[in-house]
Amino acid sequence: MSEIASNGGSAWTPDQPMVSIKDVHKSFGDLEVLKGISMDIMKGECICIIGPSGSGKSTLIRCVNALNDIQKGSILVEGLEVNDPALDKLELRKKVGMVFQQYNLFPHKTAIENIMMAPIHVLKQDEKEVEELARELVKKVRLEGKENSYPGELSGGQQQRVAIARSLAMTPDVMLFDEVTSALDPETVKEVLTTIQELAEEGMTCILVTHEMGFAREVANHIYFTDRGVIVEHGEPATFFDDAKDPRTKEFLSQIL
Amino acid sequence: MEFADYFLELYENTGWNFVFLYEQYEYDRVLEGMWVSIKLIVASLIFSLVVGFIGAWAQGVNSKFVRNAIAGYIQLFRNTPPFVQILFFYFVLGNLVPTYDAGGYQEGYIDSFGWAVISLGFFAGSFNVEIFRSGIEAVPESTREAAEALGYTRLMSYIHVIFPLAFRVCLPSLNNNLVNLLKTTTLAYGIAVPEMMYTANQIWSDNVNVSEMMIFLFLFYVGLVAILVYGMHKWERKMKIPGYG
Ligand SMILES: Nc1ncnc2c1ncn2[C@@H]1O[C@H](COP(=O)(O)OP(=O)(O)OP(=O)(O)O)[C@@H](O)[C@H]1O
Ligand SMILES: [Mg+2]
Repeated sequence: MSEIASNGGSAWTPDQPMVSIKDVHKSFGDLEVLKGISMDIMKGECICIIGPSGSGKSTLIRCVNALNDIQKGSILVEGLEVNDPALDKLELRKKVGMVFQQYNLFPHKTAIENIMMAPIHVLKQDEKEVEELARELVKKVRLEGKENSYPGELSGGQQQRVAIARSLAMTPDVMLFDEVTSALDPETVKEVLTTIQELAEEGMTCILVTHEMGFAREVANHIYFTDRGVIVEHGEPATFFDDAKDPRTKEFLSQIL
Repeated sequence: MEFADYFLELYENTGWNFVFLYEQYEYDRVLEGMWVSIKLIVASLIFSLVVGFIGAWAQGVNSKFVRNAIAGYIQLFRNTPPFVQILFFYFVLGNLVPTYDAGGYQEGYIDSFGWAVISLGFFAGSFNVEIFRSGIEAVPESTREAAEALGYTRLMSYIHVIFPLAFRVCLPSLNNNLVNLLKTTTLAYGIAVPEMMYTANQIWSDNVNVSEMMIFLFLFYVGLVAILVYGMHKWERKMKIPGYG
C-alpha cells in the first residue's frame, strides 16, 4: 500500500501504458539533453527511437531504468514512478531489462554463468531452476554448444545474444535495447536482429534505439524521431517513413536510407 | 642417525655448528619456530587481504567520513615504520585490552602473536587497499552499469563482478606486497613472538653460532618466498580468463 502511495499512482492495469514517459527533462550540468520528452508504450508494443548522434536517445532509455536520473517529468513503468527519490530500484530493474551497445558481459564468467548470475544473486532463485531456464534461453538465442565459452571466446554477435539472454533470465516485462547492433559486423547484425524480432513477435514490450531502418520499418509498431532533446515527429512505420512531414526528419531519413 | 652424525662431525672438525641438525632439543625448537613463522605469515596475509578488500570497498561509499577515515589510515600506515607499528600495537593498544587470570599472572585476551597479526595485517592491508583500488579503477564503468541494470546492489556487484575482475588485474602488484609482508613478519621478533627469527636468536645465544643461524635464516626465508611466489604465479595462471586481457 505504502509503496503504491509513495509512487503517487494507482496499481497498473494492462489497459494503461506499460511505460509512460511524460515531459521528461534531463540535463548534464548546463547541457540540457532531454527537453520535454513524452511517449507511451503499451504492453506488447515494440517502438524504435531514431535520430542523429547526440540527440539524447541513449540518455532517454537509460532514464527508463534509472541509470540516469531526471530533473523534471515523470516516467511510469507499470505504475512505478522512476522519478521518485524513494524508488525501489530493484523493483524497477526486475521489470526492465537492458541490452547495451558494447554487450558488457562479465568477462570472468562463461556464457551460461553470465545468464544465471543475476537470478541467483539478485532474485535468490534456486540454482537448478535457473540453470533450466538458462538452457532454454541459450536455445532461444541459438547458442547451443557455446554455454561454457567465455565472452572473450565469442564473436560480437554471439556475445550480444548472450547479453540478451542474460537480460531475459530476469524475466523482465520491458526490454531496452541501445544500439545493440552498432558494434557488430554486418554479417552478425542479422542474427541479433532476428533474436529481437522473435522476442517482439512473442509479445515482449521493446524499446529500441537503432539505426537499422529496415528493422524498424518491419518490426516496430511506432517510430519516434528525436533531435536535440525533443521528439520531432512520430508515427507508425508506414506513414513515418513514406510520409514524413518535418524537414528535419526528411533530411535525416534522406541521409540514412 | 647418519645425517645428524655428519653435522656433529662437521662441527668437531671445522667448528661450523649447525646444532639444530644433530641435537634433538634444538631441532624441535627450530621446527616450532618455523611453524610459528608459517602460521604468522598465513594469518597476517589473510588478514591483510581482508583489510584490503573491505578498505577498497569503503573507499567507494558515499559517506565522506568513511572515505576520509580510510585515506587517513592508509597515510598513517604507509608512512610509519612497521616496527614502530608493531610496538605501538603491542605496548599501547595491548594495554587497553582486558586481561584474564592465567594461573597466577594476568594475560591479555590478545597475545603477542595476535598483535603481530593485527599490526602486520593493517600494515600490508594499507598497501592492499591501494592495490585493489587501482584494479577496481581498471574495471570499465560499463561493466558496473551492466550489473546495476540487472538489479545488483553496489555491494553485490563489488563482490560478484568488480572485485573478481579487479583482483586479476592487480595480482602482480599484490604479489610484490605479499612477499614484502612475508619478510616483514620477522619484526614480530620485537614483541617476542616465538617465530623463526626470535627462535634463531635464542639458539645462537645458547650456542654462540650466529653465522650458522644466519645462513639458516636466509635459506628459510628464500624458501618461503619461493613457495609464495610460485603459488601466486600458479594462481595467476589459473585465474586467467580465456580470451580476456
Ligand atoms: N554522463 C554524461 N555526462 C555529460 N554529458 C553527457 C553524458 N552522457 C551523455 N551526455 C551528452 O548528452 C548528449 C546526448 O547523449 P546521448 O548519448 O543520449 O546521445 P545519443 O542520441 O544516444 O547519441 P548516439 O547516437 O551517438 O549514441 C550528448 O551531447 C552527450 O555528450
Ligand atoms: Mg547512444
